[in-house]
Amino acid sequence: MSDPRHQLAQFNLGLLKAPLSDPSMEGFTSRIEPINVLAESAPGFVWRLIEEGKEDATGLRPFGEAHLVNYSVWEDVESLWDFTYRTDHLDLLRERRHWFDRMEGPSLVLWWIPSDSIPSVEEAGRRLDLLREHGPTPEAFTLRTHFPPPSTS
Amino acid sequence: MDDSSIDAAGALADPLRRGLYEYVVESGGEVGRAEAAEALGVQRTLAAHHLDRLVEAGLLETASKRLNGREGPGAGRPAKVYRRADRQVSLHLPPRDYELAAHVLAEAVERHGAEEALHAAARAEGLRIARESSAGSVEALLRERGYEPEADPEGEDGLRLRNCPFHTLARAFPPLACGLNLELLRGMLAGVGEDGERARMLPEPGRCCVTISKNKKD
Repeated sequence: MSDPRHQLAQFNLGLLKAPLSDPSMEGFTSRIEPINVLAESAPGFVWRLIEEGKEDATGLRPFGEAHLVNYSVWEDVESLWDFTYRTDHLDLLRERRHWFDRMEGPSLVLWWIPSDSIPSVEEAGRRLDLLREHGPTPEAFTLRTHFPPPSTS
Repeated sequence: MDDSSIDAAGALADPLRRGLYEYVVESGGEVGRAEAAEALGVQRTLAAHHLDRLVEAGLLETASKRLNGREGPGAGRPAKVYRRADRQVSLHLPPRDYELAAHVLAEAVERHGAEEALHAAARAEGLRIARESSAGSVEALLRERGYEPEADPEGEDGLRLRNCPFHTLARAFPPLACGLNLELLRGMLAGVGEDGERARMLPEPGRCCVTISKNKKD
């Protein structure tokens, strides 16, 4: 359910099996741009992290060279779910083990932010730590176990 | 075992009601009372009575729709139409909970990163299913397995799958369940002597995430 006062922040880490320039990563790198275009045209898309002067965030490695970051904001959980699992993005996820190693614990975190604010990378790291420590809570949750926006009354 | 599932199953014991339910399901969309009555060869009031009984049992749901396509004042009262309800009815006697087991196993596969093993096992199972089936064609086999195939409106002999047999698992673990499903279908195709690659992911709301594309790629 959409709440005009809140938007959903999504952050995930991908542990690369090889550098993006490696031929084994071609199946992933060739799909970065079309999938980003798909996200931006998806209903409920608000924002995604992009490196200044670039097309995407693949050059940003705030959590170390081996970790790709994916950071976006959506109107609600449903719009993010539909993009993630009901578009060609699903096929990318299905094959993700070709390019990304499994990580210990959760690698994707969701939380609510006030509408029209841009969350920071530090905040994302803090939320992922919260999820890893406490499991899904209203402060840090997942697509499988999610929570409604905080009431502002 | 809950009373509403027993009630739902009980509602289908009547042959006419069962015929109406199947007619609505096979239409793949919404069906009006007159259309259903005509298809089953019964009076409209009788069909309406049984359709409403299926709604009470939670197997169908209703909507209002102008069947003649007219809009605005003078278009007349909208007709009541029926479609299959989203709700899932499960009845196991004695009680069984395979769905819970499937969720726990899926969680374990994810935690272990064992998707490749899952895909291989699913493909092998698909092959076995196809070889043991006497269905005779891809479409018959898919129907037998509950996929509810229908002709792809856009492609010669392509098939679209109206039902996802793993719906609740696919809601909770989409990449995992849809990956399993794709490999299972590829195995089934190979098992009946077809190209497994005809099965491909095409996720859309309200249907199976896999589609079967036409026979020969140009």
